[in-house]
Amino acid sequence: MHWVSDIVVVLLISAAIGAWRYVSRDRFWRENASELWRRRPFAIAIIGVYLLIALMDSLSWVDPASDANALTSGKPRTIIDRLFAPETFAEASYSAPLASVAFYGGQPLFHPGAHLLGTDLLGRDVVYRTLKGVRVALLIGGLTSLVVIPIALLFGVSAGYFGRRIDDAVFFAMTVLASVPTLLLLIALIMVLGKGTVQVCVALGVTGWVHFCRIARGETLKLREADFIAAARALGVREGTIIRRHILPNIAHLIIITFALSFTALVLSETILSYLGIGLDGSWGQMIDQARNELSRTPVIWWNLAGASVALFTLVLAVNMIADAMRDIIDPRTRKEG
Amino acid sequence: MSAPLLAVENLSISFPGEAGPVRVVDRVSLSIALGETLALVGESGSGKSMTALAMMRLVPKPGRIEPGARIAFEGRNLLSLSVPDMRAVRGAGIGMIFQEPMTSLNPVTTVGDQVLEAIELHAKLPRAQARSRVIELFGLVGIPDAKRRFGAYPHQLSGGLKQRIMIAMAMAMRPRLLVADEPTTALDATIRAQILELLRDLATKTGTAVLLITHDFGVVNEVADRVAVMYAGEIVEEGTRAELLGRPHHPYTQGLLRSIPKAEARGRRLEEIKGAVPRPGHWPTGCRFHPRCPHAFAPCPGTEPKRTTLSATQAACCHLLDRSVEP
Repeated sequence: MHWVSDIVVVLLISAAIGAWRYVSRDRFWRENASELWRRRPFAIAIIGVYLLIALMDSLSWVDPASDANALTSGKPRTIIDRLFAPETFAEASYSAPLASVAFYGGQPLFHPGAHLLGTDLLGRDVVYRTLKGVRVALLIGGLTSLVVIPIALLFGVSAGYFGRRIDDAVFFAMTVLASVPTLLLLIALIMVLGKGTVQVCVALGVTGWVHFCRIARGETLKLREADFIAAARALGVREGTIIRRHILPNIAHLIIITFALSFTALVLSETILSYLGIGLDGSWGQMIDQARNELSRTPVIWWNLAGASVALFTLVLAVNMIADAMRDIIDPRTRKEG
Repeated sequence: MSAPLLAVENLSISFPGEAGPVRVVDRVSLSIALGETLALVGESGSGKSMTALAMMRLVPKPGRIEPGARIAFEGRNLLSLSVPDMRAVRGAGIGMIFQEPMTSLNPVTTVGDQVLEAIELHAKLPRAQARSRVIELFGLVGIPDAKRRFGAYPHQLSGGLKQRIMIAMAMAMRPRLLVADEPTTALDATIRAQILELLRDLATKTGTAVLLITHDFGVVNEVADRVAVMYAGEIVEEGTRAELLGRPHHPYTQGLLRSIPKAEARGRRLEEIKGAVPRPGHWPTGCRFHPRCPHAFAPCPGTEPKRTTLSATQAACCHLLDRSVEP
């Protein structure tokens, strides 16, 4: 199944190139993008590094003649695996950063001094695990947003635009979902759907679309009465075309900002799921959850927690800063007239 | 007289109110000949914009056109057309210009693309050809530097230019009728004159009939061939421009004309029509103008005035003109 993610990577890259070409053709988006780059070069660079790591962790292949090697034989390995995971024997348990002996017992390590951030309970390199968590985090944020945004847009825009029965139905659905405690609903959904990346993303998406749907509905409601919509109708434009050409471009800024803000919220909520034991394998949430058990011991084993937390914090901070800057740039109320 | 381009008969529009439907337009009939400019004049709330929207079948919900009305455009009753057929009439048959050029253009699309959309809706043209059509149209409506303005966003243009773009959009498919809903109200006085001149030029150049909705007799004087005056949802007087401006017969028309500031009346107090337009649903009985009318007499509150024909082209609804009513 490793080729599935290879295909997804290719698709994502081509989608990104397509989006880039569209953005660079349209002056409105081009100017906003360059303004964003001017304001937040550092945050964008961090996101770029994260994306690169996730990309390197998504492309995998099986080495043809690796059967001499017991640990990795026949398994597809990603670029990150090849760069950071030891191909031969791994450590047995905890070891401190750059240590040459194990933390408990003091046996010599297989790779003395090679573990920049030490190893975890099962002797896995913490840097390696942190880097593996990048892909999981981006998947949670990105995949869930891919679930949330279409649902929210479909329901929100049609509720706002057509009103009446559709609006009533959508509002009813939103109210019902909002009346169930989110965490309980999440747990129930994951129990029904099962544990797995896609399942957790779908569960997060099902519980998370309400907020954005409300924004999309409200904004569409406002736009529906706009003079340029009336002008388009007077020109004989179809309803579908009005939505596509006049409503959606006018809420595009909201889509982007909401995407960025919900992205961080989703990445953070995964840690809570991991704490409850229903998170994703290999996520930072799981690393933090495992490290939690060691914090009460003396001497403290801090490097597990540090690795995951710093990576998580950096990602969330960078995305939030970009979202904040985007809101300033795109929102006409906060933008300087020039 | 040959068949008119547009004939509205018995048009009533009502909105649901707390105590039953409330009429905002009441049994309006009017007609526009090919190439003619008709000005529909009235104060705010007299129902003139609703009348215009009804011609595009765009009366906002929950308002509705009451049965019994007929809007014949080129011989076809627009009210019985299917939705796709009506869509084909909008833009191609009847174009519309709105009051607010500032908000009538999509802020995130270039103006060129928006006019292009208007063309591509009704004509299958190659992109390049449609594009040169747009630039040609921009030239027609007097937009300087048309090629460069194609890629401009609405916020980069002045109000006058935006209104020109709106006119270009409405004229994109050479409609036979252009409905202009207060096209100059939101503009500066100097720009107003330019836009009116443009409208008049376009009407003569392309032979497009214009329904001009306004509350400004200055505008009427500039462009109209014929004038219809609306009050409280009804047409109270209609006639040619010369007739209406020269010999208004309805007291309301007279009052409106007297309340225009004039140079020779400088220093004197401006005349006004006392009171305000009654709200829809609160229209007085009989003649709706009688509470504000300086000439009101016995029959006015009780019976509705009949339409009195004054000449081949002029008619008014007032008891003063009706010889069968004894004063």
